[in-house]
Amino acid sequence: MKLPKIKPAELPGDGAKWVDNRLAVASPVRKLVNKVFPDHWSFMLGEIALYAFIILLITGTFLTLFFEPSMREVVYDGAYTPMRGLHMSQAYKTTLDISFEVRGGLIMRQIHHWSALLFVAAMMVHMFRIFFTGAFRRPREINWLIGFNLFLIGFVEGFLGYGLPDDALSGTGLRITGGIIQSVPIVGSWLSFAIFGGEFPGELIVSRMYILHVFLLPLILLGLIATHIGIVVKQKHTQFPGPGRTEHNVVGTRFLPAFSGKAAGFSMVVFGVLAGLGGLVQINPIWIMGPYKSAVVSAGSQPDFYMGWTDGLVRLFPAWETRLFDHTIPAAFYAAAIPGGILVTLAMLYPFIERFLITKDGTHHNLLDRPRDAPTRTALGAMAITFYLVLLISGGNDIIAEKFHISLNAMTWAGRIGLLLLPPIAFYLTYRICLGLQQHDREVLAHGVETGIIKRLPSGAFIEVHQPLAEPDEHGHTELPYTGAAVPKKMNKLSAGGHAIRGFFAPVEQPSPTPIAPKEEAEKELAGASAIDTGHSGSRV
Amino acid sequence: MSHQHDNSGGTTTVTETPIDVDDENLTRIDLVREGARRDGVEILHYEPRFPVAGTKAEKRVERTIATWLVISGLSALAFIVIYIAWPWNYIQGNEQGGDDERWALYTPLLGLTAGLALLGIGIAIIMWAKKLLPEELSVQDRHDGASDPAEAKLTTSTILNMVDETGIQRRPLLKGALAFGLLPVGAAVAVPLGAFIEDPHKDNALMTTGFSEGVRLIREDGTPIRPSEISTGGIETVYPGIPEGTTNKHADSPTLLLHLRPDDAVKIQQKQRDVFPSNASEETKKALLEANHGNYYAYSKICTHVGCPASLYEQQTHRLLCPCHQSQFDVLDYCTPIFGPATRPLPQLPITVDDEGYFIAKSDYLEAIGPAFWERP
Repeated sequence: MKLPKIKPAELPGDGAKWVDNRLAVASPVRKLVNKVFPDHWSFMLGEIALYAFIILLITGTFLTLFFEPSMREVVYDGAYTPMRGLHMSQAYKTTLDISFEVRGGLIMRQIHHWSALLFVAAMMVHMFRIFFTGAFRRPREINWLIGFNLFLIGFVEGFLGYGLPDDALSGTGLRITGGIIQSVPIVGSWLSFAIFGGEFPGELIVSRMYILHVFLLPLILLGLIATHIGIVVKQKHTQFPGPGRTEHNVVGTRFLPAFSGKAAGFSMVVFGVLAGLGGLVQINPIWIMGPYKSAVVSAGSQPDFYMGWTDGLVRLFPAWETRLFDHTIPAAFYAAAIPGGILVTLAMLYPFIERFLITKDGTHHNLLDRPRDAPTRTALGAMAITFYLVLLISGGNDIIAEKFHISLNAMTWAGRIGLLLLPPIAFYLTYRICLGLQQHDREVLAHGVETGIIKRLPSGAFIEVHQPLAEPDEHGHTELPYTGAAVPKKMNKLSAGGHAIRGFFAPVEQPSPTPIAPKEEAEKELAGASAIDTGHSGSRV
Repeated sequence: MSHQHDNSGGTTTVTETPIDVDDENLTRIDLVREGARRDGVEILHYEPRFPVAGTKAEKRVERTIATWLVISGLSALAFIVIYIAWPWNYIQGNEQGGDDERWALYTPLLGLTAGLALLGIGIAIIMWAKKLLPEELSVQDRHDGASDPAEAKLTTSTILNMVDETGIQRRPLLKGALAFGLLPVGAAVAVPLGAFIEDPHKDNALMTTGFSEGVRLIREDGTPIRPSEISTGGIETVYPGIPEGTTNKHADSPTLLLHLRPDDAVKIQQKQRDVFPSNASEETKKALLEANHGNYYAYSKICTHVGCPASLYEQQTHRLLCPCHQSQFDVLDYCTPIFGPATRPLPQLPITVDDEGYFIAKSDYLEAIGPAFWERP
């Protein structure tokens, strides 16, 4: 029998034909490859969360192969000599084993933990970007809701994972959570007993958290992430206003080759940073504090950063407890459940709050706002972030009090006062800064760019020479409309200062031979800055 | 280079008829542009980074990318070698022959090499994309918003027709029967959640701890304690002397036994106790007034806020501090909260000594310990 001759160069083509004969995918594949993505550094924040999630799945799967989520009490006799003979749960013992007796287990555990922090942090920063640029407006409200729930589930998922090792720190976190669950009026104690399978801590909670952590929540996350990205692809990405960009197009690079190349490279960078962190920077050394015992706690116990604000909330809230008709509404309920619930609901529904209460703007938006152009939203965001930061700092106020020799009680009072006082101040300042930035943009459009050249007039007065962005009228004013796009503020943005010289040790390119750009080039920039809705493509190609 | 003036009048909406893709004269870039055009994409600007091939600048970029890839490969090889060959087993220092601390470098070395390997690939790919691939600017039309009204009308009719066919509107019997048939099924699906229900009031679990009349106070290692074994001003964490009394099975029982200095104890005893649990009976009040054994006082270690151990004792100020949320309790005033979010004093355990001189509990705590809950009076 004679085998058909194989020509290596034709293999990919033949393979593609084989698939296409069966699935007819030529058009959809080309459509995907040709999809245009706008380019801006802030559009890659969500990507970081995605890449961190991939690492979480891989390292997490590795860890499940060695971890045993059982609260059965055992006596430790493993490699870590200081703990030999201690009674502990099987969960804690196997976590020690992963750290000391599984080859490369510790780095996997640490990469997993670092990825979890990065996952939540990247989602938060991504949400800030979406919020401050108004990317949640119609038609993207659904994706805001999905994204917000991704964040909430990621938050819970992180907390559950951090609770699994059953060490002193995670047990303390669980104890607090148990106390807060128990504080819910009417059903609190029933709820707590249902979750823990009896009185705290019981013998079930670790295995219950485990199945949520490794199966149910990742499955939901995976489904929501797929939907989230699917909707972005379907709706096409938003873009900042700029030359040639309209509500009805996307300006950028096609998926292949440039965009996918950058995305793939960036994913490897994220992976590399996580691997480096996991190996070089110790995180959650569970062998230091020992197994969880309800009588043991250490000063300076800190949860993962994303839980910190809840701790701050509970620390700052006054000792208000209600007793009525032989019943109690505990302080913890007022402190954690109510404000936490309100904050989360407000943030989740923000697109609708803005739509119906603030801007009353229900139109379609594919062009982003620059934060300064939506001062109320930006100021609200700054207010929320200030509120969050006061809570976060208060979540670690004991550490700050100790390191800076400040009274702990003073820190608490500063937090209480700051929580009420600083957010409105942040609102006011941000609002004024937004207006100031807008005003400066308009000033540049009317008078031109500051050149830095000071001129003395015959009268003796000194003035700064401005470079108008268009042909000025007899008063030296230009009537350029403000379009929400970035306005050039420096001469080199007009190509008039010469390009920056590239290269670290030696110039990579010859500096521009003409330090002052030709007049027509400056005009081209101008046309670009002002003409938003007129595709300028004709002159370029 | 191979620029094609194929856009019409500078708009991004393309209206030309498709070109003949089998035309022999078309270059590949013509086909690329035609494909893009059919996908609603116009390539406005497409220019190689290095119009003249093989310049010094281009070679330099190539060399840099190659260097990163080589760094990646070497790091990955180093990672494999270290993973296999490095002595990684934990050895405790200061033991016999325990000065070999190479194990401590195992994880950092793995991180360094794996990190470099991945980072190198990442940097190489990004440089390739940004410095070698053509500079590109493309525009794609958006078609968002609602569906075409005609399409929407057709879909709506199709679905409404289906609903009509079932005749649910004009068959009230079926409507009612459907509701009656399905609602209990939905409820039945939810019923297995009942497996989670545990009665918190069974055995009065929330109100009781491991202590009861005559139960000894023991240390974590199980030994009972005589008054003389705690130094003046000292504290000791104690547990109920019952089976598994020191384990998390009795997580509500850890208790702090304080031996106050005589002058401090006098300060307390001079102050008439006026802090009692709400709804405390006269009997309870009397028992609490006699809860101490001389200068020895026992208080629950579980914070009344959300249940962390309130166990940091500041001898100078006589305060117990809970490190979780910084509630502070004044030992000289029956552990009433004086700062932070806790609202109730730490419950006091009535203690005395038995015939053999060991500490025992006179009864269980006289109120529920730990965080509050709805049913707590």
